[in-house]
Amino acid sequence: MSMLYLSEPKPLGKLKKGLRTNGAFIAMLLPGLFVLLINNYIPMFGVVIAFKRYRFNKDFFTSILTSEWIGFKNFEFFFKTPQAYEVTRNTILYNFVFIALGVVIPVILAIALNELLNKRLSNFYQSIMFLPYFLSWIVVSYLAYSMLSMENGFINRNIIRALGLESVNWYSEPKYWPFILTFFQVWKYTGYNAVVYHAAISGIDSEYYESAAIDGATKWQQTRFITIPLLQPVIIIMTLLAVGRIFNADFGLFFNVPKDSGALYSVTDVIDTYVFRALRNSNSVGMASASGLYQAVIGCITVFTANFIVRKIDKEKALF
Amino acid sequence: MMARKLNKQSKLNQISATGNLLLNMLFVFITIVCIAPVILVLAISFTSEEAIRHAGYSFIPREFSTAAYDYVLKAGDAIWRAYGVSIFVTVIGTLLSLAVICMYAYPLSRSSFRARGFFSFLAYFTMIFGGGLVPWIMVYTRLFKISNTIWILIFPYLMNAWFVMIMRTFYKTTVPESIIESARIDGAGEFRTFLVIVLPLSKAGLATIGLFCTLVYWNDWYLPLMFVTERKFFNIQYLMYQTLVSIQYLTSGSAQFSEAAVVLANLPTESARMAIAIISIGPIVLAYPFFRRYFIKGLTIGAVKG
Repeated sequence: MSMLYLSEPKPLGKLKKGLRTNGAFIAMLLPGLFVLLINNYIPMFGVVIAFKRYRFNKDFFTSILTSEWIGFKNFEFFFKTPQAYEVTRNTILYNFVFIALGVVIPVILAIALNELLNKRLSNFYQSIMFLPYFLSWIVVSYLAYSMLSMENGFINRNIIRALGLESVNWYSEPKYWPFILTFFQVWKYTGYNAVVYHAAISGIDSEYYESAAIDGATKWQQTRFITIPLLQPVIIIMTLLAVGRIFNADFGLFFNVPKDSGALYSVTDVIDTYVFRALRNSNSVGMASASGLYQAVIGCITVFTANFIVRKIDKEKALF
Repeated sequence: MMARKLNKQSKLNQISATGNLLLNMLFVFITIVCIAPVILVLAISFTSEEAIRHAGYSFIPREFSTAAYDYVLKAGDAIWRAYGVSIFVTVIGTLLSLAVICMYAYPLSRSSFRARGFFSFLAYFTMIFGGGLVPWIMVYTRLFKISNTIWILIFPYLMNAWFVMIMRTFYKTTVPESIIESARIDGAGEFRTFLVIVLPLSKAGLATIGLFCTLVYWNDWYLPLMFVTERKFFNIQYLMYQTLVSIQYLTSGSAQFSEAAVVLANLPTESARMAIAIISIGPIVLAYPFFRRYFIKGLTIGAVKG
């Protein structure tokens, strides 16, 4: 006890010690800060490109500084294209559907998983359902292709033609793609989300259910009045965080699964794929950065709004 | 006594045998839907070209053949090179990013670190706002010129704000402040405390984040799509992306095939594509049973509590 008292540092020593421990902490942060600077913060400086007629000149900073200011011209160009509306609509609508299905299906499955009598089987189902989450979008695009290929695809050769119908050229028929894209999105993420919700449900105290059962509550009533209300905070937070990112599409899904097929752009093109193609195919730096900044700013606003609401509900769960 | 009583009650609260059967049927259906596309690709990779031309892709190979795998094994210089790139990038990338993320997350978990709010925000802010694709690409092609090197496949993923948050929660919930405090009283510096006490206590967290990082690197095709044009830096995912567009990437690598057009005509192109997909999934499916437990544990601590 007295040892402790003696080692209590004097004010000057305290400062020194504070600097030393903080020094150690700062040193631990340094590698991460370096990556953040290069990968995230310097590119943020590059948003001014959206307001310039970009000309490459010597190096990164000189090109940005010496390019001519043109105000909102790049944005005007972008918003005059019919794609501006189309890609915004697609991005938001798909995300809405994904968010809704990403709550409803996994929550139902999680509740069902929790009720299974055989826990081993429940674990087994979870393992299999989780598998798609581990596959890359490239692999998923292969799986889609094996189903949908015009010449050899399973659906055309072994279902449609077997029924005596005409083969469908899936990769050039836009009307099917809202369903195909939704299917593969749900296919890839349902298991993951179900496991997350299942973990939350298994955290619920079993006494609630037991006393409800003694009082004669049915399974349905228990789900309705115990599970769902207790799960609600998790559902709300997960949903709001997803709503915050409603302007960011899953590039992997929209770029790979439709195989970047031009005939499908009206229903498969989202802001992210549009920006990529504007840069890659037509090399229009101005338009690509304008549409990218448009996405970043509106995305930022939605995240802040969603976070604000999350904060109101549960301060602990807020992102910041 | 108490335990037995509870046990009896929970039995009371079980669903009926019929209900259980119906739920099991539902899950059997779902697991089939989850796994069927993978089985289809597996089946195609073992079907002869002849049978594919004849009957299309189907779940049961009409004519079993390992020609696709023989071909990939013998002729796939490009494939093995890409596989090597993937393995290298995944191993080195996972180790480095694990170090960067764990070191960044630790000070943020310590209440004695005054500036933790600021540095947390520096990381979080990258999740909220970004400069967009164009300046990001320019940074790596014009400023920090590492496109078309192996490092471009590693560097951009070294930091991840989301993993930092999970890891921070992990430290907070699994390493008691009192242990850190007693180490401090014993005169251990912050680095020593971190290496000798905190890290060994956070093994489950390290495993989870390590697995997340492994997945990020192994499944990446985005970085090569953006930054790589030289074939020697293609990873397996990007090679597959190229291959779905055209099979010629496989053949142009090896001279023996350009010699004989006859051989070329009999190339198992359709099944070879699918064989590569299977080979690329291989490591994940094999390792999956081992890391599933950690993965779910990490998810529950990091995502739900955090």
